[in-house]
Amino acid sequence: MSGLTINDVSMTFELPNGGSVEALKDIKLNIKGGELLSVLGPSGCGKTTLLNILAGFLAPTAGEIDLNGHKVTGPHPERGMVFQQGALFEWMNVSENIGFGPSMKGTPKGEIDDRVQELLGIVGLQEFGEKMIYELSGGMQQRVALARCLCNDPDVILMDEPLGALDALTREKMQSLVLDIWKKTGKTIILITHSVEEALLLGERLLVMAPRPGRVHKEYRLPFAELGVGADLREVKRHKDFGPTRDEILNMIWDMEEEIMGRTENA
Amino acid sequence: MAQEIFELISSSLWMIVGIALIFALYLAISGICYFVWGLYSKGREKAQGYTSLKTVTFGDESAVVANRIASIAAVIAIFLLWAIATGSSLLPFSVLPGPHKGETSFEYTATNAAGETGKGTITMLVHEFGEKPEPLPLAADDGDFAQNQSVVVAQRRKALIKTQADEGFTFTEIDGQPISAGDTVNFADGNVLVTQRGSLSVEPDVGMTMEALYLPPPEAVWTRFIDLNKNGYQGVGLWENVFWSLIRVVVGFALGCLFGIPLGFAMGLNGWLRGWFDPIVEFMRPVPPLALIPLIIIWFGIGEQGKISLLFLAALWIMTIAARAGVSGVNISKVHAAYSLGATKRQILSKVILPNSLPEIFTGARVAMGVCWGTVVAAELVAAEKGAGKMIIAASKFQLTDIVIIGIIIIGVIGYGIDMIMRGAENKLVPWKGRG
Repeated sequence: MSGLTINDVSMTFELPNGGSVEALKDIKLNIKGGELLSVLGPSGCGKTTLLNILAGFLAPTAGEIDLNGHKVTGPHPERGMVFQQGALFEWMNVSENIGFGPSMKGTPKGEIDDRVQELLGIVGLQEFGEKMIYELSGGMQQRVALARCLCNDPDVILMDEPLGALDALTREKMQSLVLDIWKKTGKTIILITHSVEEALLLGERLLVMAPRPGRVHKEYRLPFAELGVGADLREVKRHKDFGPTRDEILNMIWDMEEEIMGRTENA
Repeated sequence: MAQEIFELISSSLWMIVGIALIFALYLAISGICYFVWGLYSKGREKAQGYTSLKTVTFGDESAVVANRIASIAAVIAIFLLWAIATGSSLLPFSVLPGPHKGETSFEYTATNAAGETGKGTITMLVHEFGEKPEPLPLAADDGDFAQNQSVVVAQRRKALIKTQADEGFTFTEIDGQPISAGDTVNFADGNVLVTQRGSLSVEPDVGMTMEALYLPPPEAVWTRFIDLNKNGYQGVGLWENVFWSLIRVVVGFALGCLFGIPLGFAMGLNGWLRGWFDPIVEFMRPVPPLALIPLIIIWFGIGEQGKISLLFLAALWIMTIAARAGVSGVNISKVHAAYSLGATKRQILSKVILPNSLPEIFTGARVAMGVCWGTVVAAELVAAEKGAGKMIIAASKFQLTDIVIIGIIIIGVIGYGIDMIMRGAENKLVPWKGRG
C-alpha cells in the first residue's frame, strides 16, 4: 500500500499540575503518494505535534502512522523534514549541508557531488556551493534546507512553517520553488503554515485544524497548486474562487480564536 | 572587632579620596592631550563612512570607535608619569625635585660646661645609595672647642652627629637659628633634629621623587631587564622562568581539556552521568583554585606534579561546564534534522553536537587559560623552584623592586598574548560563532 496513513492518532500531554492536554484527538487521514497537503489552524491546534509524530520525533499516545505499509516508529530518511530556520549546520558549507544525508550513509563522494550540483541548480544556488551558511540570506538558507532534504530522496517531505521567517517577496519566490519541486519530483509534501494564502497556494488538499482537542475541522480540495505550477502566483490569487475560499477559512479560524479567548476568559 | 571594622571603613574612605585624586590627575592629563590633539586634528580628523552621516551618535555604541591616538598617548603618559615620579634621568629636566646630592654644610653654635660658646662647621657629602665615597676634607678649624666634622651620608638616609666628649656640650644654634632638644630646623639642603640625648640627626633633603625601593625609574628597570636577559636571576634565566610557567599552564590546561570536555559531553548527553557529576562540578566550580594550593602542597609537595594538578583542577571544571553548555545549546532542530537525514547517534555526536559546541568550548578555553595563567603565578608565589611568580617573590624578598616590576610586566604581556592567540584560533576555527 503506497502512501501515508494516519490511524486514529491521539496525543495527550500530561501537565505537571496533574491535568492533561489533548493536543490531538482521533486524527484519521490518508495521504496518497505525491499528494501536496497543507495544514492550517490557529496556534495550539496541534499541527506541529502532528508533524513531529509524522517525522517520528514523538510517539502518539494512541493510534499509529503507516508509511508504504510499515509502521512509523522513529525518524527515518524516508521522511525528510524542512524546519522553519536554524536547522542548517553552520560549520559546513552549502554543498556539505546539502550532501549531509548521503554522506552519512557512506555514498561515494563523486556521486554525492553530482547530486549536490544538480540540487544547487534546482534551488537556484549554483554559485553558492562553497559559501558558508552564515554568508547566505534567510531565503537562500531555506533553499539550502530544501535541497538538503531533497538530496536524501525521501518519500515524504514534512515542512514545518518553512517560509514563516521570510519576507513577503522571498516567500513568494519560495512558494513557486516548492510547487516546482513538487511537480518535478512527485514527492508527497505535507506543509504546515500560519498563512492562509500560502495554505491555499501550496495545497491540493488543505486541512483546517481546530484546537482543544486538536482535530481536523474541515478539509478542502483545491485547484490552485496545480494552477500555480510554473505560473505567476499572483495570477492564481486572482482566480475567482481564491478570494472567497480565503475569506471563508479566515472567518473559520477567526471564530476558533474567538472561542478560545472566550473559553479562557470563562475559565 | 568594632574598632577593626571602623578602621576598615575609614581606610576605605581615605582610599576613595586617594583613588579620586589619582584618577583626576590622569583625567586632567587626558584632557590636556585631548585639547592638544583637537588643535592638531581640527578639520583633519572626521568620522569615516556611514558614521559620518549620522546626526546623533551619543548613545549609539556602533558610532564609538576607540581613538588609537588616545591609546598611544595614554601609554606614553603612564611612562612619563613614571619617569617624573622617579626623577628619571631620561627626562631632559627634572620636574619634581630629587633628593639632594653632593656637598652641603651648615654651621653650628654650641656651649660647653664652662659656658663658652663656640662655632663649628659640619661638612656633608650626600651620595647615591650604594656608593662609597671618601669624606670631604675638614674645613679649616677656627681653634675653639666646637670642632668641625665631615660626614658622608646616603640619599634619603640620616646621619647622626654625636655630642662631643665634653659633658656639658650643648648645641644651641644651627646656621643662626636657635634650637633645643627635640627641635628640628632647616638648613640649606636638609633639616637637623636635636635628639633628646643632645646629638644631631641630619637628614639631607629627600625631594619629592620616589625612592627606587618603592618604584625604580624606567631606565633602571630597563637596565635590569638587559641584565636579567643575560645573567638571569638566582641562576635561572628570565625566559627560563617564563618558559616554566608557560609549560605548566599548557600541560595543566591540556589535561583539563582532555578530561573536562568528554566529561561535559557526558553530562550533557546522559541523565545518570549528569546526576552523578553534578554535585562535584557544582561544588568545585565556585572554589577558587588558589584555595586549593595548601592542600595541593600537602598532597604533592611543591614540585611540578602539584603545580600541574592545580592547573588541571583550575581548567577542568571550566572546560566541563563549557562543554556541557555547548551540548545543551544545540538547537533541537539541528539534531532532529540530522536524525531525519539518517545520521546515527555516533554521527550526531561527531557531526552535529561536537562542532555545534565548539564556540562554547572556545569561550571556556579562553576563560580557562586566563584562570590557569593567574593560578600558576599565584602557585609559584607560594612555592616553586622556577617560574615567573617564583622570580618576583624571590626578588621582593631582597627588595629588588625592578625585577618585581619586570616580572609583572612580562606576566601581563603573556596573559594578553595568550588571550590574543586564543581569540585568533577561535576566529580561525569557529568562524560561524555569533552568526548562526
